Amino acid sequence: MSDKFTVEIISPNQTILKQEADEVTIPSYEGQMGILKNHIPLITFLRPGIVMIKTDVEKKFYVEEGTVEFSDNNLLILTSTARDLVNFDKTLVNDLLKKAEAESNNTDYTDKDRYILSYKIETLKEISQ
Amino acid sequence: MPSLDDLKKRIKSVKSTQKITKAMKMVAAAKLRKAQESAEKGRPYSQKMQNIILNLTKSINDPQNAPKLLVGTGEDKKYLCVVLTADRGLCGGFNSNICKLAKTNFKKILSEGKELNIITVGSKGLDQIKREYGNYVIKKFSFKDKKNISFNEADEVGKEIISLFNQNKFDKCIIFYNNFKNVITQIPQAQQIIPAEIKNLKISNSENLSYEFEPEEDEILEDLLPKNISTQVFKALLENAASEQGSRMTAMDNATRNAGDLVDKLTIDYNRSRQASITKELIEIISGAESL
Repeated sequence: MSDKFTVEIISPNQTILKQEADEVTIPSYEGQMGILKNHIPLITFLRPGIVMIKTDVEKKFYVEEGTVEFSDNNLLILTSTARDLVNFDKTLVNDLLKKAEAESNNTDYTDKDRYILSYKIETLKEISQ
Repeated sequence: MPSLDDLKKRIKSVKSTQKITKAMKMVAAAKLRKAQESAEKGRPYSQKMQNIILNLTKSINDPQNAPKLLVGTGEDKKYLCVVLTADRGLCGGFNSNICKLAKTNFKKILSEGKELNIITVGSKGLDQIKREYGNYVIKKFSFKDKKNISFNEADEVGKEIISLFNQNKFDKCIIFYNNFKNVITQIPQAQQIIPAEIKNLKISNSENLSYEFEPEEDEILEDLLPKNISTQVFKALLENAASEQGSRMTAMDNATRNAGDLVDKLTIDYNRSRQASITKELIEIISGAESL
């Protein structure tokens, strides 16, 4: 009996990834969350961060938002902004980072917006290093 | 009877028209493959999104306080109709079919004495609708200059719909588009997106599962429902794009064939009148010779 479950990442344009995984870590809205096989059914949404998929090799995706559903050992990540870290252009990261930092000076934002933005900046900084 | 010269000119013009329609058909075929692919790739997202919403809906205990985007305002007085069409013509009945369906619905809504507002996406639909229902059009979108439709365009339309809803401008929202079944068949559809038509959704087999929600389900729904509106619009746009190319391909194929038939017919006419004139000349010569 293997300890693997299916993970799917779907964007509006295409299915980005569908494979078996041992463990997936997602940046859920209320904190990092690790998911293993036979997790109880779950629905949550994402804040900006990195989705980590662990099998023999580790895959990482940068996401800005999204919705996650886990049921019947099927992990479904619906997001419009998933990017594979392997071919994530450094200049693009810096551009996004600059934009996010500029946005954080905006005073109209609510606390929720700020919360999300702070994670975005943090994650992007992490990637660019 | 047209003269030989006239026939020759006709044949030439029909032939050049045939060349154009043939080229358009080939372009449409190439674009169709791409559009069809992206329509099919886009389907899982909207389906899964609906599934999640369905699962969420089932676990709502208190329907009275459920988000209004899901259950509606409880009234049935004001309608918002979003008509999605193409920006280009020459694609058979594609645009007219959507407009015909939309117009029947408009008539019904108005005859029941309800308020009607229209949003059009794509200029061809606007042209057909504004003749009769121009006063009701409150907003028009056109993505003529966009080569490929991305989620951003759909989001633009979706946000407009939601902001109108929050201003209490309508109780029900219906979108009209062509569903891409295959290259030859496209079915015009009217889909109600606000309030979401739950009864039409497939009941998934995970019916008895109780989900863990993080944060609370209300909060998730509030985040998810506006996204779902944009997703539905996006799905409709993709289906439309594929349908448009399919419809154009079929229409241009027919046009090419018709032009071929016409050329054949005209060539026969041309040869016949050419022969007739030769025969006439011969008769004239012979009878001239005889009379000598």
